[in-house]
Amino acid sequence: MISKSKLIDATAVRAMLLCMHRIRQFEEAAGLALKDGHVRGSVHQYSGEEAIATGICHHLLEQDFVSSYHRGHGHAIAKGVSPARMMCELFGRAGGTSGGKGGSMHIADFSKGMLGANGVVPDGVTIAVGAAHAIKMQKRPEIVVAFFGDGAMNRGPLFEAFNWAKLFNLPVLFVCEDNGYSVTLKTKDFTAGPPFIERAKSFGIPTYSINGNDVVTVANMAGPLIDAIRQGSGPQFLHATTYRWYGHLAHDKGLYRDPAEVLAAKEDDCIRHAEAWLLQHGANAQELTSLAKQADEEIQYAVKDALVAPFPDASTAWQDVQDIGSPSWA
Amino acid sequence: MGVMTYSQAGCLALRQEMEANDKVWALGEDVGPEGGVAGQYLGLQKIFGKERIVDTPISESMIMSAAIGSALLGMRPVAEMRYADFALCAADEIINQAAKVRYMLGGQVRVPMVIRQPIGMRWGMAAQHSQSNENLWVGTAGLVVVASATPADNHGLLKAAIRCDDPVVFMEHKELWLTTGDVDESAGPIELGKAAIRKTGKDITLLSWSKSANDCLSAAALLTKKGIDAEVIDLRTLWPWDRETVFASIEKTKRILVVHESSKVGGFGGELLAEISENFFGKLKSAPTRLGSPRIPVPYAKNLEDLCRVDATMICLAAQKLVRSGQKL
Repeated sequence: MISKSKLIDATAVRAMLLCMHRIRQFEEAAGLALKDGHVRGSVHQYSGEEAIATGICHHLLEQDFVSSYHRGHGHAIAKGVSPARMMCELFGRAGGTSGGKGGSMHIADFSKGMLGANGVVPDGVTIAVGAAHAIKMQKRPEIVVAFFGDGAMNRGPLFEAFNWAKLFNLPVLFVCEDNGYSVTLKTKDFTAGPPFIERAKSFGIPTYSINGNDVVTVANMAGPLIDAIRQGSGPQFLHATTYRWYGHLAHDKGLYRDPAEVLAAKEDDCIRHAEAWLLQHGANAQELTSLAKQADEEIQYAVKDALVAPFPDASTAWQDVQDIGSPSWA
Repeated sequence: MGVMTYSQAGCLALRQEMEANDKVWALGEDVGPEGGVAGQYLGLQKIFGKERIVDTPISESMIMSAAIGSALLGMRPVAEMRYADFALCAADEIINQAAKVRYMLGGQVRVPMVIRQPIGMRWGMAAQHSQSNENLWVGTAGLVVVASATPADNHGLLKAAIRCDDPVVFMEHKELWLTTGDVDESAGPIELGKAAIRKTGKDITLLSWSKSANDCLSAAALLTKKGIDAEVIDLRTLWPWDRETVFASIEKTKRILVVHESSKVGGFGGELLAEISENFFGKLKSAPTRLGSPRIPVPYAKNLEDLCRVDATMICLAAQKLVRSGQKL
């Protein structure tokens, strides 16, 4: 029996708003923890883009899969990965999703269908297509959602993935989160030809462009696409425009951007839009405040717990390299 | 027991593993009706269908990623690279993904897959179709690296590679495709990480793999005529390499000559000799020595290509010098 996507009513939007708050608070906390020296390496914040992961994952079943990229916290949280375990991973602690061996760019939780963030563009997408290939071979009912940024639209292997997914008619939803930037450069300044959505279209993949800052729009669009994929339509491509509130990395102040542009983007806040929608659909302000508070408390607990969680035992550095030929911990 | 080619032996191994386990599948360019560049997939699509022997576009990144993605979901893919040189088009997927996923994700998943890479010089294929890049893969944590030299080993080692729970780079030498040998069709997998002593001897250890191991065996026959009793070790698995067998041999012969087809500079032979030197310092009767190709791209013209080859005569001469006339070549 093929499951049908969910109706987007006030209950659904309330749940999605809570999810977006959770992601927002997680990213704020991660940024602070980086400044405080508790988190190492790269943290790519998803702040401002929360509606996309949230609106799409709202329709996914626990056994469905998502794959992500360097800006991957939002997709993991939206797919149901524990923010507390993710925070532990960022803090390099034993209780992290990867036991502290992966960090921000390698958060995965196979028990939740989260195939992994990824440090290389667009490898999360090509691997997602491989997973979709296995699903088809095994005649399983799941689908895969591959999230990636607009910067990926200039990487060759992505087009191998589009071709492959269409050729083998695989159950995959491509989601291009277009925040306008490829690290510090404007993607449009480095993309030849017509708008890049045409590239996906040229493989015969149905493509749709939407406002990615409106979770209701995202969810209303994603539902039918996911239904179609479950019914064997083959790949679909969703292009969602959004904005990255912070720099490419938490270290990056984003000074290459016009402050007015950033300010305008922050006005176009997906969380505020969802709140406005709920107020129009019978919610009261107090209820909305309590949702924000709930997420905030949850993330603050995650930070507190991560701070006192044990570091991984040194012997784990030698574990899970490979069964034979792994060096031994002396 | 039957006589078959190295290529047929590989084909048989894959067929048997596919019959035994429906999670095993193979993908790559021209593996379907064409049966692979050397017939190493011949007839398999007829038996197993287009879903399990999958012809693909020329998309090495996606071939490798399809293998990885499917392995993450419990399949056991065999990814055909056609030529080892083309595996470099998927080097990112091999090195950054396949080799590291298990580790990076804290051991949540395994990536059981085989990456078949036909290596070596044959027929003047020139610089982009003749390479043996085992040093790349041996230097990448997470990979098992295998190179077979005989039909029986190609059969048993490929079976073992398919059953391995970690990614295996499986190197088959193009010049061996048509060589023949006895293969026990009912033989099981050959344990990975175990070298084969192809000939015992007491005067010098010739350590090699793939086609060069066969050349060492020919060289040993020449050496016998000259009164030198060489031991020939075929490493078979390059990572992890069989220290026990190699060290026991050197303990006995006190002389070591490593031979490989790839570049001597930066080649895996250097790593082997470093380990051997650290363990046998002061005990050897001659300098630990390597033979490999010069550090030039493989040229096309026959006489130029030959300059890259290490043949039995060269191995014989080098071994003679090491045994007879002092410390160094």
